[in-house]
Amino acid sequence: MKEKQMKRSIITVLGKDSVGIIAKVCTYLASNNINILDINQTITAGYFNMMMIVESEEITKTFPDMASELAQIGDEIGVRIQAQHEDIFEMMHRI
Amino acid sequence: MLNINEVIETNKMIHEMNLDVRTITMGISLLDCVGTSVDEVCEKIYHKITTKAKDLVKTGKEIEQEFGIPIVNKRISVTPIALVGGGCCQGPEDFVRIAKELDRCAKEVGVNFIGGYSALVNKGMTQADEYLIRSIPQALSETERVCSSVNVGSTKTGINMDAVKLIGEIIIETAELTKEKDGIGNAKFVVFTNAPDDNPFMAGAFHGVTEADCIINVGVSGPGVVKRAIEQVRGESFEVLCETIKKTAFKVTRVGQLVAREASRRLDVPFGIIDLSLAPTPAVGDSVGEILDEIGLEYAGAPGTTAGLALFIDQVNKGGVMASSYVGGLSGAFIPVSEDQRMIDAVEAGALSLEKLEAMTCVCSVGLDMIAIPGDTKASTISGIIADEMALGMVNQKTTAVRIIPVIGKGVGDTVEFGGLLGYAPIMPVNQFDCSAFVNRGGRIPAPIHSFKN
Repeated sequence: MKEKQMKRSIITVLGKDSVGIIAKVCTYLASNNINILDINQTITAGYFNMMMIVESEEITKTFPDMASELAQIGDEIGVRIQAQHEDIFEMMHRI
Repeated sequence: MLNINEVIETNKMIHEMNLDVRTITMGISLLDCVGTSVDEVCEKIYHKITTKAKDLVKTGKEIEQEFGIPIVNKRISVTPIALVGGGCCQGPEDFVRIAKELDRCAKEVGVNFIGGYSALVNKGMTQADEYLIRSIPQALSETERVCSSVNVGSTKTGINMDAVKLIGEIIIETAELTKEKDGIGNAKFVVFTNAPDDNPFMAGAFHGVTEADCIINVGVSGPGVVKRAIEQVRGESFEVLCETIKKTAFKVTRVGQLVAREASRRLDVPFGIIDLSLAPTPAVGDSVGEILDEIGLEYAGAPGTTAGLALFIDQVNKGGVMASSYVGGLSGAFIPVSEDQRMIDAVEAGALSLEKLEAMTCVCSVGLDMIAIPGDTKASTISGIIADEMALGMVNQKTTAVRIIPVIGKGVGDTVEFGGLLGYAPIMPVNQFDCSAFVNRGGRIPAPIHSFKN
């Protein structure tokens, strides 16, 4: 279980809402064998905020490659997409 | 499982409030690099540093990328060089050669500063200590990344006033040698009392002799995060204010703890400590001065500033020690003038004087930091300022330091620009009354009565 948790990442999308944001991200994830465990979204102050918890055990790419490709997809559709290891959030918000 | 608001909060801290890890500092012992000739020592130092730290910068960048947290600096601290070069250096110029070797190592492994061009002379100076201290002006003017520090006092030993007197002269000489760059040499030099062995922050970092061969220390930061958090509790009581600062400090320190753990694991080097100090940068929204404003002071320096700072640092420490079991280094808050926009504003508004800064250092983690003074200040006056600050540390059993920058050719009303993280500073007036007869007495100030605890 512990080993598995290490492989969990959080993908966040932040920007102006538009058609197809989730579709684009999910397409990328599916084609790279990345499993989505949970999706959550909210609109704050007119901004679209989405968070995905994903498991990337099967992925062949390195984490930095995945992160920069996702960031690039974000640039294309005008939103900020960031992939981070889950640990940073766990450390900050869980005792 | 994590919820979206927690994720948004963390990322807001990073993107909007300048949350970062200020430094990963690798401490490397050079005690096994001693030798009989300067060449031999330099070669051993080069080999040791470039072997131990070869992956430091790369690993730092990987962690940055994977966790999405900026790690601003990757640095190295080494054993005080006076101890390493003592056996082979026949004069100050030999020590300068070692300084240049350290500079070369820093460039080779890609760190922006290397600390430890230091001497520990709290009770007395060896010949090697004196050579090293005398070499500081040349060493700092002819190297780029080497940082130097001298510990001249401690609660247990008292203050070595011979060293304090010498250092006043050394600071003036360093200012002269680096006058083309507004005396920047002194921005890389700190004089301490009760210097910690495991401080990751420059310019005062060195790898203490009681440390292991190689360790990772991490300095966290995040004054912007604390400031934004206490914006939410304006007008509330001290209890609410304290709770808010503690919770925020906890979160900030946890990130540092994560980075330290990861760096230690990936580099296969034991983790030393987390330094909780809130370190400002010249960026707006990354300022300790702004926190003091938000606590309820018009400017840093207004009556109430020392109390506000004391309260705030205590809460940072209380929140921080809950987040990490190994807290060390300086741990508190830095109040450098040039590196903090609101502190500069306070000086320019006339709210903050050198004397008030001195009072604030009784409760903050360091001391008089990055303060530009007129270039015609006498060496004995600088020694007097140092002696005052060292006495505060000695009596209060805390670390204090002085990083003061006389700027040749400039006076009160002028401004100096250091650039980058070092910022800019208005020249502050210095008390003009003479203290040379005091400084010239020679010898030591004895340890205070409450140091006798055995």
